[in-house]
Amino acid sequence: MTPPHASRGAGLLLDSVGRRYGDRWILENLDLEIEPGSFVSFLGPSGVGKSTLLRIIAGLEQPSTGSVTLRGSGPEPVTARMMFQEDRLLPWRSVEDNVQLGVNGRGYEARSLLRAVGLDGRGSVWPAELSGGQKQRVALARALLHHPELLLLDEPFGALDAITRIKMQQLVERLWLDQPRTVLLVTHDVEEALVLSDRVLVLAAGSIGRDLRVDLPRGDRRGHPRLVAWKEEILQDLLEPASAGTGAG
Amino acid sequence: MPERQLLTKEGDPPPSEPVESAGSEAGRAPVPASSRSAVLRRIVGRLPAVGRAVGPWAVPLLALVIWQVTARTGVLSPSVLPAPEVVVRAGSDLAATGELQRHILASLRRIAQGFGLGAVTGLVLGFLVGMSKIADILLDRTLQMVRTIPHLALVPLMIAWFGIGEEPKILLVALGTFFPIYLNTVTGIRGVDPKLIQLGRSYGLGRWALVREIAVPGAMPTILAGIRYSLGVAWITLVIAETISADDGIGYLAQDARQMLRTDQIVLAIVLYACAGLLADLLTRLIERRVLRWHPNYRRPSA
Repeated sequence: MTPPHASRGAGLLLDSVGRRYGDRWILENLDLEIEPGSFVSFLGPSGVGKSTLLRIIAGLEQPSTGSVTLRGSGPEPVTARMMFQEDRLLPWRSVEDNVQLGVNGRGYEARSLLRAVGLDGRGSVWPAELSGGQKQRVALARALLHHPELLLLDEPFGALDAITRIKMQQLVERLWLDQPRTVLLVTHDVEEALVLSDRVLVLAAGSIGRDLRVDLPRGDRRGHPRLVAWKEEILQDLLEPASAGTGAG
Repeated sequence: MPERQLLTKEGDPPPSEPVESAGSEAGRAPVPASSRSAVLRRIVGRLPAVGRAVGPWAVPLLALVIWQVTARTGVLSPSVLPAPEVVVRAGSDLAATGELQRHILASLRRIAQGFGLGAVTGLVLGFLVGMSKIADILLDRTLQMVRTIPHLALVPLMIAWFGIGEEPKILLVALGTFFPIYLNTVTGIRGVDPKLIQLGRSYGLGRWALVREIAVPGAMPTILAGIRYSLGVAWITLVIAETISADDGIGYLAQDARQMLRTDQIVLAIVLYACAGLLADLLTRLIERRVLRWHPNYRRPSA
């Protein structure tokens, strides 16, 4: 599980990124810098372009304007891996072979990653035999096998029940602390964003409405009075998107 | 697990046994009520498993019995439908001279060649059209137009071109099998979840790996359904091709028997076709169960 080179994760620079579908601008003139190794969450109402932004960063979509620069710690191009709301496991591959998608002969590593996500010894079953939360953990192991310097999470816990969700959040946080990398999380859950992140960005009307540094100690953030206060403020932002949109400048 | 063992023991015994004991129970001397109800409970407990094993054969078996009885008692005239045993005797007589084997082999060879030809071209063109926009634009319209011609309408043309040799029969079978496989392959490929393709791309799979790892396995359930269907079409086509022009094969056997008024041999030919169809179906089911073992719908119940 040790990467080929010690890395803090990838740095990220967005320079006036915009994305247009037809004549509708989903994202407009977005400038953003993200430090290597940070955990950043994107919040915002549905359809505001959070997932689009993530796909642009992942290279799955091209921006209509502007540019995205990824800076890795080495000379080779940055490895970015994405986790989706649906597990997107290949149903005809065993769990272990799913983890090894795109690489070959790394069964040992795949098994140790399965152990790390709490699926020890389940490598030989079919995805159809797993629960939703287990499938998402397989998808997480699959993403981690590539030692991505940038991990992109597109609402990966959205479809899970509350308990499984909290367990997955703890798992992602633990793995991130074990192995520093840059993580970008798109979510609808304000508390999830505040509990996990160093920085929370609230998107509104195609740009960044609020840029919040969450400088609370990790481990026991849930219920912290400042977190509760932030949560209230952000919920207000989300409920009145128009007033939040002007705050970006 | 002892519980599991008990279960398989219950499920395993020869299926006919409980039915027999149920039948003979009525004629037996009275049994103490307690053990009698135990026996009854045992029988009832086994009924679902027995039903699953025996049930599908009940109707064919009944038909066979009715056939035998009506033929024996003379209700059915032998010139209309000879008794099953007569048909079996016709088969064993033909087998003794080597005739039967010759005809069966001839038919099997034609099926293998025709089906092979049709399946391979159907799969190749189906993959091409399903994967490539250019092939789709160039080929699909043409193939869809050709598809509207019933392939059996080509029988006279085929005979005019090739006479009564092997080619028209093999080509007809190939044509009959081509379209179901082609159409199902195209549909199967197009039906593969684009999200999985996108996932494969974002995980660095190349074009060829995307085909091999995602498109082919994803299309497999649909393709196999096409193969199973086209095997049926292949046999139907062969029946007609062999009946019209052949000097061996099961269809020729039936045709020849008709001229000799040998109803027993005609029925034999029909039974042979039925068996062939059944075997082909069984074979594809086996392949499905093996290839699609990841698919919950095709998995054997694990009890």
